[in-house]
Amino acid sequence: MLALQILIDGFAISALYGVGAVGFTLIFGVSGVLNLSHGAIMVVAAVTAWATAASLGFGRFGGAAAGVLAGLLLSFATYLLVVRPIQSSRAIPREEKEIFVLTGTLLWGIMIQEAVAYFFTNTPKTVLPLAPGVVDIVGVRTPINEIVTFVISWAAIALLWLLVNRTRGGKALLAASMNPRGLTLLGFEMANIHLTVWAIYGVLAGVAGVLLGAFLGVSSDNIGTLTASAFSIVVLGGLGSIWGSLLAAYVVGYLETLTAYLVAPSVRTVPVLLLLVLVVYLRPQGLLGRR
Amino acid sequence: MLRSRNAWLAMAALLALYLLPIWVSGYVLGLLTVAYYYAVAAMAWDLLFGFAGEVNFGPSFLVGLGAYTAALLNHYQGTPIWLCLIAGAAMAVAGGVVLAVPALRLRGPYFGLVTLVAVLLLQNMIVLFAGFTGGEIGMDIPDVLSIDDHTNYWYALGFMTISGALLFGLSRSTAGLILQASGQDATEAAALGFNVAKHKMAAFCISALFSGLAGAMLVFYLGTASVGTVVDIAVGVQFIIAAVLGGRRTIIGAAIGSIFLIVAGEVLRPLGELSTFAVSAIALLVILFFPGGFLGALRPRGG
Repeated sequence: MLALQILIDGFAISALYGVGAVGFTLIFGVSGVLNLSHGAIMVVAAVTAWATAASLGFGRFGGAAAGVLAGLLLSFATYLLVVRPIQSSRAIPREEKEIFVLTGTLLWGIMIQEAVAYFFTNTPKTVLPLAPGVVDIVGVRTPINEIVTFVISWAAIALLWLLVNRTRGGKALLAASMNPRGLTLLGFEMANIHLTVWAIYGVLAGVAGVLLGAFLGVSSDNIGTLTASAFSIVVLGGLGSIWGSLLAAYVVGYLETLTAYLVAPSVRTVPVLLLLVLVVYLRPQGLLGRR
Repeated sequence: MLRSRNAWLAMAALLALYLLPIWVSGYVLGLLTVAYYYAVAAMAWDLLFGFAGEVNFGPSFLVGLGAYTAALLNHYQGTPIWLCLIAGAAMAVAGGVVLAVPALRLRGPYFGLVTLVAVLLLQNMIVLFAGFTGGEIGMDIPDVLSIDDHTNYWYALGFMTISGALLFGLSRSTAGLILQASGQDATEAAALGFNVAKHKMAAFCISALFSGLAGAMLVFYLGTASVGTVVDIAVGVQFIIAAVLGGRRTIIGAAIGSIFLIVAGEVLRPLGELSTFAVSAIALLVILFFPGGFLGALRPRGG
């Protein structure tokens, strides 16, 4: 019984972690940016969904759409206001761009966190689930929302796969992650590719944020933890590897769920951290990373 | 010529800080006392980042180790303060060695993540063994450095001056140059016959020593050790922002950045909850438009 419960809960939370981390890894793969305002974008999407659904009367679907849109817009803002100015700045030496992007996005994330806390307070908010109610899966009472979370997460990942592997623009993205200079020589505009990646990232982060808000609830205080968890999943899976991130999302999701059920909820992140240290020492390129 | 002018400026600024207690209230002195301890941690971080080229996301791991070692010894054993300080610094150096081992093998984001995880693990341990460490609430310490504002201010300022002088001297020495070369191009530095691993290891130990001492001194000033003041990632982030804001690779800039952050937080306090927002926004603008930080803006271009 407990085993089944862990299986079902872990499946949904892992899928959710997967969507959050895939966008993060995509950005790194294509433009080499580790976006430390990731958690902030997720939380803004969730809070927007929560606020518009309740007080503006958008309803559950309208609210969710507004949340994803907010994720998209904030992702563009992050790229245009913070990341691109640093990347194109002549005053910053090339070998130091990385630390500047990290510090810049970190500060941007803190600004967003403070702004959310100021306008909406830092109390936890739960987004209206897209489908309320509970079903019985072989004796385990499962909220329908958990199934919805799982389905939407995997649908988003499948769409991303189709986009990257089956469309011309998507193939260009894939090529950009392998050899940006070659792509430029073929006449592709890197600036457009970067904008596309940030757009895809924004939608994925928005979806992840809204689902998380409906599943566990979010608060502006979670922003740091959310970023750290996406960062851990992505490194565990191998920076830039989408399949690695998905695999790692499941490892992390199940490890956390197992610990929470079998040991204590308060220590749920500890085994993940230990595993991470172990992997980074023994296999620095991550589970599926190439180097 | 310019160097001597800067030296005079630094002297004048220090003199002003030493004379400050004549004019300002105990409250302001208290703020600056904390700022000076933070400054030492930020300068120690700059030695690792600016010179050794290692991005340590977990400066609060080293600070926290020093702080909690000192606090636990004093709380349970009643160990005298000076011994606690030494033990805290020693523990932080041990932590520095633990961080240095992966740093010599891993690059960029991977090393950054290890340091981040180190902080999270330390924080989790403190919360898990709450019965022993006081957990989230923190642990009170029977001894304090002093109960007098002025004495505490002198201790902190003296500590910052000495640490700053030592770190600055080190960064301008031959060893500092070798370290800088190793940070920028480890292969070439090794090809020139320098022992890169040895120098980086030394940088980690020195950085850890000062971070740990700063943490231990800070808890004996505050009279309490808590996750929120010495371990939390937000604390570490503050050291990083201070160092980048003041001007990386300058050591002194990190101290200026720390003092600026704490003073700015205080000046902007009327904004209420938006004060952190404003401080972060200012820091972001400085990074975007003056990447050299405060000291970089003073320096002539191309220098």
